[in-house]
Amino acid sequence: MSAPCRILILGAGSAIAQGYARARAVRGASFVLVGLNATRLAAIADDLRACGAQGTEVVTADLADLAGIETRAADLRASFGEPDEVLIAYGELGDQAESECDLDAARRAIDVNFTSVALWVLALLKNRPPQVPLSIAAIGSVAGDRGRASNFVYGSAKGGLDRFLEGLAQKHAGTPVHVLTVKPGFVDSPMTDGLAKGPLFASPEAVGAAIARAVEKRRRVVYVPWFWWGIMTIIRHLPWVVFRRLRI
Amino acid sequence: MSSWGRRTRTSHMVTRPAFLDDATAQVATPGTAPVAPLLARGLGRSYGDVCLNTDGRLLITDRLDRIQWLDVEAGVVRAEAGISLDRLLRVIVPRGLFLPVTPGTKFVTLGGAVANDVHGKNHETAGTFGSHVLRLGLVRSTGEALTLSRDENAALFAATIGGLGLTGFIAWVELRLVPIRSALLETETLAVRDLDDFFRIAEASAEWPFTVAWVDCFAPARELGRGLFMRSRWAETGGLSAHRAARGPALPELPGVVLNSLTLRAFNALYRRRPHALGRRTQHYDPAFYPLDALSGWNRLYGRRGFYQHQSAVPAAVAPDTVRRLLETTAAQRQGSFLAVLKRLGGVSSPGVLSFPIEGATLALDFPDRGERTRRLMLALAEQATAAGGRLYPAKDAVMSPEMFRAGFPRWREVEAWRDPAFGSDFWRRVTGDAA
Repeated sequence: MSAPCRILILGAGSAIAQGYARARAVRGASFVLVGLNATRLAAIADDLRACGAQGTEVVTADLADLAGIETRAADLRASFGEPDEVLIAYGELGDQAESECDLDAARRAIDVNFTSVALWVLALLKNRPPQVPLSIAAIGSVAGDRGRASNFVYGSAKGGLDRFLEGLAQKHAGTPVHVLTVKPGFVDSPMTDGLAKGPLFASPEAVGAAIARAVEKRRRVVYVPWFWWGIMTIIRHLPWVVFRRLRI
Repeated sequence: MSSWGRRTRTSHMVTRPAFLDDATAQVATPGTAPVAPLLARGLGRSYGDVCLNTDGRLLITDRLDRIQWLDVEAGVVRAEAGISLDRLLRVIVPRGLFLPVTPGTKFVTLGGAVANDVHGKNHETAGTFGSHVLRLGLVRSTGEALTLSRDENAALFAATIGGLGLTGFIAWVELRLVPIRSALLETETLAVRDLDDFFRIAEASAEWPFTVAWVDCFAPARELGRGLFMRSRWAETGGLSAHRAARGPALPELPGVVLNSLTLRAFNALYRRRPHALGRRTQHYDPAFYPLDALSGWNRLYGRRGFYQHQSAVPAAVAPDTVRRLLETTAAQRQGSFLAVLKRLGGVSSPGVLSFPIEGATLALDFPDRGERTRRLMLALAEQATAAGGRLYPAKDAVMSPEMFRAGFPRWREVEAWRDPAFGSDFWRRVTGDAA
């Protein structure tokens, strides 16, 4: 039997990350789970081992702490070895109205959702032998596909991340390094508990399983659930004269 | 929020904590001023009002779904109480393990199965779900986190098994599993001519741990009780693949008139006479144990007004006569039932004080809610079952009076004594009335 797939998850306490890890654990992967709360990560790790994970490690860190990223990434790589797969799943929805008048809140939304993620990706790739296979998946959002009045601070951070990953993917095209942007629509997770939930909300389990499939197929972008691809294709192509009148 | 019967919708203050520490913090409110009563709720598959707490707080447990450990050798699992049997089976079946007792749907939580002390088609030999619980974790509103078992806090353990979630918040459950060599079952379906035939076949099915009968409610009086008897046992070969995760959209809500006595009569006739209904075959556990799970949201077929389910257990000595009377009452009302299920219950006693099954038989009947007429039928059935020394299943009931409840569950005061004062439910307020 080959060595287990080593998976590093940043923001492992998120519901989508848990869904992804469960889909992967069944295949006997091993995990390094990084997040804020050690007790909660330990509960997730126990569950993953019961599901078939070969090994789990729990590391607590404030992932959005920009100054610490380079050292932390080096520590993780030194302690647990180079990962085969990375999922970056942390993020904050923030509050658009608050961000528009509180610049600290706006900066936090941008740092958490864009700057820190981009720096983590760079730090994990720094000095890495280019021939070693790696999949990097990061969670963007359908909100990043077009700037909208209702959430353009969060949306632009996620959109910027998508551009960053696109460029990175182009750089590594034809190499064993694979880069995936995951664009979830509405997910029934604690992050969206403030919203009124309807039938368009997908379960974090289903989203996690869809990410696992997209990683296996080495997709560049995946919309989850898949029908958001159609919705966003229409929205991205709406001419400005129409788009400016929409309240979506 | 509403229950599976969808007859009422009432408002609640709802939370859905994702981790046990958060849930515990919401439950543990020692020394604070009285707040609205609290109730933990899983997947809301109970039909009546045990999972409702109108104008109170509902703590929905579906995100607390982590396995804490699984000992494959010993066949024991411990998991957070919000895990669904659906997810648990997907983990344990490939390891050659199964639930010792399973209800007719996978879409209930571990905590809900304990709180309602559910039973399954193997009740005669295996008893209830609660009989297989080794330990459980209970958080009280005082902030105490207790471990309960037959030896530790035994009285509170007995009050919590089948205790309808009123003794506190069930945080985790440690359950004994059973080994299986295959995920398949050998099943056999026999034609049942009448009620006597049912009891005769049930008596002759000792080799088959899983038994249940479907009853044709539209049978003429002399054939009352005719239907199909389904019995099964684990196969020895066939692999250990778990069922697949549910997919596909939920069924639409049908107009209330669609399920009427004509369509039900047609369904009953077709179901009984369908080709290949009779005989032996091998079946995966998913269609064998959970046939309705394939119809996601089947409760919506009853329309906007929802439906009632009558399920009673009656003592063995009077079971044939009482079941006959219940079926006669149903036939006389000409409402018919989409699903009428009859099953013998065994004598394995549960640790639970409020556990529903008693040695004898249990009959379940579904009726679309047609207003006062249906309610009168439900009450008539409830009275007949109670008068015969039987009782109604709290997880299904929506009509029984405090008198019927006390007659059916004479030990209810023990649960009331152990009830966490911060907890309550619509059901409990209804059946205990002012006495509580």
